[in-house]
Amino acid sequence: MRELTYAQAIQEALAQAMDADPAVFLMGEDIGVYGGAFQVTGDLVHRYGEDRVMDAPISELGQAGVAVGAALAGCRPVLEFQFSDFATLAMEQIVNQAAKLRFMLGGKVNVPLVMRFPAGSGTGAAAQHSQSLEAWLAHVPGLKVVQPSTPADAKGMLLAAIDDPDPVMVFEHKLLYKMRGEVPEEPYRIPIGKAHVARGGRDVTVVATSIMVHKSLEAAQILAAEGIDAEVIDLRTLRPIDTATIIDSVKKTTRLACVYEGVKTLGIGAEISARIAESEAFDYLDAPILRLGGAESPIPYNPELEKAAVPQAPGIVEGLRNLVKGRL
Amino acid sequence: MNAVGRIKPNARPFYQKYSADGLKEALRKMYLIRRFEEGAEEAYMRGLIHGTMHLSIGQEGSAVGATMGLRTSDYITSTHRGHGHCIGKGADPKLMFAEFFGKEEGYCRGRGGSMHIADVATGNLGANGIVGGGLPIAVGAALAIRKQKRDDVAMCFFGDGASNEGAFHEALNMAAVWKLPVVFVCENNKYGMSVSTERSMAVANVADRAAAYGMPGVIADGNCIADVEEAVADAIARARRGEGPALVECKTYRTRGHSRSDRNRYRTKEEIEEWKARDPIPLFETELMAHGLATGAEVNAIRESAEAEIAAGIEFARLGTDPNPAEVTRDVYSDGAA
Ligand SMILES: Cc1ncc(C[n+]2csc(CCOP(=O)(O)OP(=O)(O)O)c2C)c(N)n1
Ligand SMILES: [Mg+2]
Repeated sequence: MRELTYAQAIQEALAQAMDADPAVFLMGEDIGVYGGAFQVTGDLVHRYGEDRVMDAPISELGQAGVAVGAALAGCRPVLEFQFSDFATLAMEQIVNQAAKLRFMLGGKVNVPLVMRFPAGSGTGAAAQHSQSLEAWLAHVPGLKVVQPSTPADAKGMLLAAIDDPDPVMVFEHKLLYKMRGEVPEEPYRIPIGKAHVARGGRDVTVVATSIMVHKSLEAAQILAAEGIDAEVIDLRTLRPIDTATIIDSVKKTTRLACVYEGVKTLGIGAEISARIAESEAFDYLDAPILRLGGAESPIPYNPELEKAAVPQAPGIVEGLRNLVKGRL
Repeated sequence: MNAVGRIKPNARPFYQKYSADGLKEALRKMYLIRRFEEGAEEAYMRGLIHGTMHLSIGQEGSAVGATMGLRTSDYITSTHRGHGHCIGKGADPKLMFAEFFGKEEGYCRGRGGSMHIADVATGNLGANGIVGGGLPIAVGAALAIRKQKRDDVAMCFFGDGASNEGAFHEALNMAAVWKLPVVFVCENNKYGMSVSTERSMAVANVADRAAAYGMPGVIADGNCIADVEEAVADAIARARRGEGPALVECKTYRTRGHSRSDRNRYRTKEEIEEWKARDPIPLFETELMAHGLATGAEVNAIRESAEAEIAAGIEFARLGTDPNPAEVTRDVYSDGAA
């Protein structure tokens, strides 16, 4: 099958969505002639024009509100944030308006918008351009939050998000934009709310998100040589969480590790751990639950410190090995 | 200069107010900024430093002109394009380089990098990765100044693009209603990344926006250090007298791309060349020499001394101490607890 980069896969999804539905339009900062800070929209402005690929002033709160209003009135806006960190400027419209309008109005309206957030560390952009804030938004009922980890998922989940009648927040790891993978040409949807078993295994369940899926797969490969067989689940959606897939896996492997880039404390790992602790899988556990998450600090600029601030494959290998060997 | 070595009375106030040495020091700072950024750019291309950086080459006139009239006890808040403000306010380029190289000796101990450089000792409360982030902070610093009954000011640098953020409008309004000593300095370089001011604002000037908040809004030629200094001096004096904030808009231009990844698709080569022909450094040199305040030989010596300082700064930074990765959570809290 044909290969695309993660960024190209997103661009193809945006183009196919605009082809299919005149109500779809894109808005964001420098997404026109500049092609987007990460070249995701590329030359779409030349194909669809400035009315459908709109450069907005640097006004994140305003843009988010404009997206809410347009969605209420029949459009399907897809808003690109230049960096996920700038969601903080738009929190009011995302959390108080987009997430709650349908509920507050007794189900009489829906808010079919998509917001895309380039997220994560590893680019040397330091504390205000490297955060993983997906758990913040996943805390809010009314929002759906997805984190595709492959080019194929990036396309299929974005198309599903654009179809969705409710607001969907898409977190894209910046280091994945250049990753290549097979992507079907025709439009297709990957359902929101379904996890994916990226690697089957017997000894330990690793629930990972976004780029940590790849780091966990790398760790699993190293551990396989030692006779440890890790199952890696790509969570894909943070809200709603696919608890059933995780429970089934833990019942089989009897051990659970969660690997994510966001700050460890009060992150997605806490939620998954709690769900297992509350479920029938709890009785199957042969070891304490392990969480590997981001350090309790902002992301530092220095490259070695930056690496040390988020889980890396060697640390995942060590953590899983200790978990399986009963050394936790 | 006239026959007795005094500046002619018909020279503009800027040249009357400062001594020849003071003016030459300003030229030296402009060169330090220029060479600092060229040095940083080269180090980046050679893979010696990582991340991104926003160069202000072409905007040195506004950075130095605006900060010349400040005291060390005055504050500035700066932007992502802040190397010039930092040097203008008195920072040491070698400690800035150490920060770029991610070393413990750097202004932020290698934690911040280009976008978060600060030098609190000289009153620079920091560059900012968030467009518009510094605007309300400057208002807060000015509030503290007033509560402490000081006659200092807070100078807030921001771009044309930042004036489209809600924070800009909220900050100006609060500064104005509370009559706080803030000098808002907009460096209007015609673009917020790729989007021109024509495409992002419906008024012609950022200075026009000041009227909505009841404060003076004046326009200066940002590539002419004298023009900037004089406009800002009035705003500083007003603020020190307790008459409240003012906004100075410096019309200028960045001749480099927005950041390291810019392909300049949104502007023409001709436009860039036109502005390069109005480079603030030679413009200032020409005026200095025309007024007899500096000779060609002195100008060369100034440039060379700035170059030597920059070269030494890079060497200093390269030999700095790497932070210990085990200390990644240091300084998250004041007591060291996580
Ligand atoms: C809140 C926020 N939105 C967007 C960005 C990305 N960004 C960084 S600089 C910039 C352009 C800023 O334009 P302007 O204020 O005119 O300053 P200039 O870069 O021209 O100096 C943008 C969009 C950011 N850092 N913060
Ligand atoms: Mg600008």
